[in-house]
Amino acid sequence: MREKKKYVILSFHTTTEAMSFEKQSMSNEIPGRLIPIPREITAGCGLAWRIGVEEYSACRQKIQDLQMKYQDAVELLL
Amino acid sequence: MIYMDSSATSFLKPPQVEEAVCRAFHTMGNAGRGAHAATLGAARIIYDTREKLAELFHVSDPSRIAFTSNATESLNIAISGLISPGDHVITTACEHNSVLRPLYVKESQGAGLTILDADEKGRIAYEELEQVRREHTRAVVITHASNLTGNVTDLARVSAFTRKYGILLIVDASQTAGSIPIDVEKMGIDVLCFTGHKGLLGPQGTGGIYVREGISITPLKVGGSGIHSFDKMHPSDMPTALEAGTANGHGIAGLNAALDFLRETKVEAVHEKEMELAGRFAEKAGKIPGVTIYGDLSAKLRAPIVSLNIGELDSAAVSDILWDDYEICVRAGAHCAPLMHQALGTVEQGAVRFSFSYFNTEEEVDTAVQALLDIAEDQ
Repeated sequence: MREKKKYVILSFHTTTEAMSFEKQSMSNEIPGRLIPIPREITAGCGLAWRIGVEEYSACRQKIQDLQMKYQDAVELLL
Repeated sequence: MIYMDSSATSFLKPPQVEEAVCRAFHTMGNAGRGAHAATLGAARIIYDTREKLAELFHVSDPSRIAFTSNATESLNIAISGLISPGDHVITTACEHNSVLRPLYVKESQGAGLTILDADEKGRIAYEELEQVRREHTRAVVITHASNLTGNVTDLARVSAFTRKYGILLIVDASQTAGSIPIDVEKMGIDVLCFTGHKGLLGPQGTGGIYVREGISITPLKVGGSGIHSFDKMHPSDMPTALEAGTANGHGIAGLNAALDFLRETKVEAVHEKEMELAGRFAEKAGKIPGVTIYGDLSAKLRAPIVSLNIGELDSAAVSDILWDDYEICVRAGAHCAPLMHQALGTVEQGAVRFSFSYFNTEEEVDTAVQALLDIAEDQ
């Protein structure tokens, strides 16, 4: 069975917002990847950014400084 | 074959456009409908294309650009979604039916419509703008360049008027996007409607609409969006608000490659070369006895279009000789611009339109001139 791990899940208003986030993440060395949005989260877009909890803590300021847009950030066991 | 019908579509394209479309068939799923490699591959290319269009038109937020199937759809979205019964709209005699017909629909539903005249050279009567304005004037819908004469609209003058009174400026850039630089901020454009397959050199079935921040358009189409699936109403966030249904991902991939070409080549350089060819053609063709060239050839800024007639010859017959005897592709007859033909006096005869591409050559231009000379001498 696949072992569950805690992640921070960032949701988005639109697919365009998600794709913009991914592009900026790639060019600014922010780890993580796009996943289908887990059912626990209510959000507009069907895509979400999955990032490790520690990695998110390390990148949070950078995400803010770069004014990268997202809807919400939630911790989930996936 | 010599192709001189680029105002109809960019038959001559950079080879990387075709390559990108072919590649897309093997790599692209449906954008925004999941997170596997194929769907993300499509979403990435579509987003990247949105960014490149934003850069081209000096739009700060790429999400303000929605993809459509062509400029006609964009204009229908803009006119149908922004004009209500009781509103008044100003347009011009230079417009294509893609502007006029949606406006006539609105007129039949109770909107007021004023059409600015054009003179015998197709020049717009800008001085009438102030006189025709009404209390409820909602928008000016205007072409950036006539598809028949190649005259370029003085958007600085029009936007000074629209900005003064808080009127929307909706621009049809079918003949200029990719061929003449466009800066929506500097030019005061509120809504820009463009096609992907003409000056932008992309595949047919691509196009788009830019909508300035703060303007909300009631969509023409609603449906699948990949987001907010349980809402009864279609999402209002741009660009999703205007993009119901699966996008033309394969076409947009080709447009993406075309935009790379334009970025490397520069729109200014494309325009310069196209105008050199158009200028060479107009100068030589204009000296042929019996040839009448339409439009304001003295203007500094023009689109690479030269429309003409030879004596009283039917324009359709001339274009057929050009194809049959010389393998030269041009467009003849009416050009979906009925009021422009009325102003030019070519309702019966139509006009033979030569429209030039970055990929045409001086030799092709000279061959076309010689063909016209032969036809003129033969009549």
